[in-house]
Amino acid sequence: MPPLLEVKGLHTEFRTGAGLVRAVDGISYTVEHGETVAIVGESGSGKSVGALSILRLIPDPPGRITDGEILFNGYDLRRLSEPEMREIRGRDIGMVFQEPMTSLNPVLTIGRQITEVLEQHQGADGSAAQRRALELLDLVGIADAGRRLRQYPHQLSGGMRQRVMIAIALACSPKLIIADEPTTALDVTIQAQILELMKSLTLKLNVALIVITHNLGVVARYASRVNVMYAGRIVEAGSAEDIYHDPRHPYTIALLKSVPRLDQPRRARLDPVDGQPPDLTKLDGGCSFRPRCRYAVEQCSQARPPLASVGGGGHTAACFRSADLVAARDVAA
Amino acid sequence: MSVAGTATPLLEVRRLAMHFPISEGILVSRKVGDVKAVDGVDFTINKGETLGLVGESGCGKTTTGRCILRLERPTAGQILFDGVDISRLERKQLVAMRRRMQVIFQDPYSSLNPRMKVGDIIAEPIKVHGVEPDANRRRARVRELLSVCGLDPKFVDRYPHEMSGGQRQRVGIARALALDPEFIVCDEAVSALDVSIQAQVVNLLEDLRERFKLTYLFIAHDLSVVRHLCQRVAVMYLGRIVEMAECDELFDNPLHPYTQALLAAVPVPDPRVEATRTFRPAKGEVPSPINPPSGCVFHPRCPMAVEGCKRARPELTELRPAHWVACSEVN
Repeated sequence: MPPLLEVKGLHTEFRTGAGLVRAVDGISYTVEHGETVAIVGESGSGKSVGALSILRLIPDPPGRITDGEILFNGYDLRRLSEPEMREIRGRDIGMVFQEPMTSLNPVLTIGRQITEVLEQHQGADGSAAQRRALELLDLVGIADAGRRLRQYPHQLSGGMRQRVMIAIALACSPKLIIADEPTTALDVTIQAQILELMKSLTLKLNVALIVITHNLGVVARYASRVNVMYAGRIVEAGSAEDIYHDPRHPYTIALLKSVPRLDQPRRARLDPVDGQPPDLTKLDGGCSFRPRCRYAVEQCSQARPPLASVGGGGHTAACFRSADLVAARDVAA
Repeated sequence: MSVAGTATPLLEVRRLAMHFPISEGILVSRKVGDVKAVDGVDFTINKGETLGLVGESGCGKTTTGRCILRLERPTAGQILFDGVDISRLERKQLVAMRRRMQVIFQDPYSSLNPRMKVGDIIAEPIKVHGVEPDANRRRARVRELLSVCGLDPKFVDRYPHEMSGGQRQRVGIARALALDPEFIVCDEAVSALDVSIQAQVVNLLEDLRERFKLTYLFIAHDLSVVRHLCQRVAVMYLGRIVEMAECDELFDNPLHPYTQALLAAVPVPDPRVEATRTFRPAKGEVPSPINPPSGCVFHPRCPMAVEGCKRARPELTELRPAHWVACSEVN
């Protein structure tokens, strides 16, 4: 069976006052049916723009997808017309965003927002849509669903709103859900509830999930495969085990070393990533992590290292020195 | 009850309460209730120590910090700073006290005036308190503060928007240091920063504490950072402290069911560790502080709750040496 989603050489650019920003600069990855893939990166790494590009939700202007293919179930989403694309969004691909308060409509009841999706995509009539909406709220663990359907978003807590977002995303039984920082705005005990809910529902309903996050703990708990992004590119990809226990890109190594851990007593000092985040308007032809990299050599300023295989099981890294890194990394640790 | 350690306390907070009135009516306003943001909190911070104050949104950790800085006038309780009760001081006496205590805020974007140059932002407290009337010497002091915080002294002429988030937070720290304070409230001081930059600022805060013999109240929701940075930790829930202990003791042996739920909810960045953890998220959500549950405020969500928990409010009790817990079911 071909993968559910195959992103090939995707480029998305923004024209800004400061110059051209290549927010997504040639990323390729696949998502299989029913699997959870994490896209990890810091602010400005292009992780959200990459996901919005799949749905063709990039505001144009200033943004534009300039190159690449987005194969979903064999169809290239870039070739679809806007009305065709609107059919895909919400029906075949569900979305969950970071801020449930701004992504729900404040003047419509919860019930209306769920039934709208059902009527739009499945032609459900009023009473069937109502019944399905009740089922969905039940499914995402909202008690007293009948009363909640008549309420407005401001009458719900943040965690409850995110459950509603998940209910809407699941309404038409999609094959893929894209969740962009789904729990970043939530408190940690609520974050855990929402993530557990998403995990159990995606397993139960065999839905694939792309989860975009900056939280390395969330990735370790929930993702089977991980793509690490830096300055618009995937710099390392592999299984969670590969990324956390055999990292081969200096950025991944530095990132993992810089986070304090809840399960370990205090180390003497944290080992931060040196320097400042990159200015995307001022990237040159070399490796964009070079100015912050402890292992950079002359070659790194001349060409961009391609994503190359560094081991079995699809573990890849974009670094000229990924072979020598293992020794250096283990000595430093 | 006293919650004092053996070392010299710089700050003692006793039975602190901050209730915000809720009013209704447009022409004739009348009070209809209170938001009990902080509801009877006791702790001390010793000289040179970092106390972590953790909890979820609305637990009262920020309000506690604001009361200590006297940005709020507390409803009840005492705040002894170096032996002086500052909870009832009037404006004039407060100004002198405020030189000794400073604050670093969460958001380096909204806590710096966008129309002021970095140099003026840092010089402002020095001017306001009349510490250094000579403009040249003040400029030299600002440049020194910038380099202490790891910034190029040339940044004096920049505006905040020309800097990254990490650099702006360093400016906020330099401003807090400008008056040579003894005590700094760090209110989510590293929460808005990206992981790779957060570690730089955490290290800076630690270096400054050693170099200038500072005492911190470190308010945060990120428990991993707190474990790294603090000597002692207090956990707040709905306006009250539910557990307080030495850092490693609290993280390795949490006794209060809320602390246990909180720690279990934090995912660890290691798939091997995560695979071995069994965990069930705490049920329900935090109730409203306007009408908190009777007795122990955690009882509606607590897996250990018994009938008695609905009636009596458990006091913070020293169950093990220096390990305080407010729960009647733990012993």
